[in-house]
Amino acid sequence: MNHWAFVAAGYLIVFVGIAAYAAWVLTRGRALSGEVPEERRRFLD
Amino acid sequence: MFRDAWLMASKDLRIERATRVGTGQILPFGGLVLILFGLAISPVYQVTVAVGVRRPMLAQAAPGLFWITVLLAALLALGRSFAVESTDGNLDALKMAGLDPAGIFLGKSAAVAAQLLALQLVLGIGAFILYGPPLADPVLLLTVVILATLGITAAGTVYAAVASGLRVRDTMVPLLVLPVVAPVLLAATKATEAALFGPLDNGWSWAMLLGVFALLYAGVGMLAFGPIMEES
Amino acid sequence: MTSTSSKATYVVGWAAIVGLALSLLFALVLSPPEVNMGDSVRLLYVHLPTIAVSYLGYGITFLGSVIYLRNQSPFWDLLAGAAAEIGVLFTAFVLVTGAIWGKPTWGTYWEWDPRLTATTVMFIMYLGYLAIRRMDLPQEVRSRRAAVVGIIAIANLIIVRYSVQWWRGLHQGQTLGVDTQLDGLMLFSLFLSVVAFLLLGAWLLIHRFRVAWLERQVEDMRLARALSERRGEAGGAALGGVVS
Repeated sequence: MNHWAFVAAGYLIVFVGIAAYAAWVLTRGRALSGEVPEERRRFLD
Repeated sequence: MFRDAWLMASKDLRIERATRVGTGQILPFGGLVLILFGLAISPVYQVTVAVGVRRPMLAQAAPGLFWITVLLAALLALGRSFAVESTDGNLDALKMAGLDPAGIFLGKSAAVAAQLLALQLVLGIGAFILYGPPLADPVLLLTVVILATLGITAAGTVYAAVASGLRVRDTMVPLLVLPVVAPVLLAATKATEAALFGPLDNGWSWAMLLGVFALLYAGVGMLAFGPIMEES
Repeated sequence: MTSTSSKATYVVGWAAIVGLALSLLFALVLSPPEVNMGDSVRLLYVHLPTIAVSYLGYGITFLGSVIYLRNQSPFWDLLAGAAAEIGVLFTAFVLVTGAIWGKPTWGTYWEWDPRLTATTVMFIMYLGYLAIRRMDLPQEVRSRRAAVVGIIAIANLIIVRYSVQWWRGLHQGQTLGVDTQLDGLMLFSLFLSVVAFLLLGAWLLIHRFRVAWLERQVEDMRLARALSERRGEAGGAALGGVVS
């Protein structure tokens, strides 16, 4: 029995999902960090 | 604490007696749900429950349908229980009056539990008439009804309080409460199945799970109500 | 720097990428198909790691909630929220990969398997937790209520898990419902992918926490600005009152 289609679907969904989430977090971080002045930037390095 | 609980419970029940939201709106709603289930599951469907034993599907499903009806009615009762506090900063006033948060929790749960028990008496009779299941053990059934009600109201009161003061409360309470009381639905359905159809031995262990759940959430609520009610 | 990156995230991030590449190699190429499951066993190398990440996320949420209730530090509140979001995301992956794995193994995408059922209920429970974190309430009130729910959620998780297991019958069989023989290479692939996913989870958590921190700063700044404007208006009005 060929299971490769299921395997491919599973890996694709997970990795695309993670990539999309990571991209969202990173762009949101970039956008927000421009708004926040230096003295409020803690825990960022 | 118990004096405060008594004060809260009698206040809520007096409000109910004056407004009749429970008997006038929640009870008819529950009856309607019971009838709608009957329309969804045709009375002519039969299921085979053992070799040579066939039963109408509706009768076989009666325990689960009854408890889902109770859960839906409980959501309304819980929403109502905190809707009466949300106007004019009532919860603040209660705290200012020096009422113990644990007492407030116990009182509000007790009031909801009392209303739900009364509701279930009517809905239960309705379910027997509409779905026609047998009754093997009334004592177990009564135990299950009481313990499940305590569990639902204790857990429900905690989460209804979490969602209190929100504009989106009406949608928030079901989302928070239903996953949490899923085990109650499960245990109550299983125990009710035993009480209606027998055999009874594992029915009592499910009832015990209901008791443990109710006790656990009574404890959680008494501890958690302080931080939940703090408004700043 | 105008991003949520730092030296720590570079190190963890690159480690995660290398780890994931290696684990993909082992999971999809080097490890053999399993005797009973065939190639669908390869889904385990992504299913199990996502479970690990989501449970770790919920664990951090619990821990952060407990500490927040003790010291009211926004750090722990925001960390709890960030961890829960990652936990929910990975629980979604757990459910999806589980369903996809179920099709060739059980023949259906959904089986009333205790783990699957309990995980789904847990998923919705934590969606509720995230909804609480977005409530329109004063910040401290919201954080405190979220913390309470974040703590109770663990108890719920245990109750749901055991009651569902009991419901389906304890004899229902072991982990996968089918006999499995994992040999050395398979176990190594599994171990490798768990490590790689944990690194990935840590990287996501750091970034997500920093975004949450920045969000909180922006919210505070907006509040402070609105407050000072309000104060300015009130001061002007009072002055006007005195003058007239």
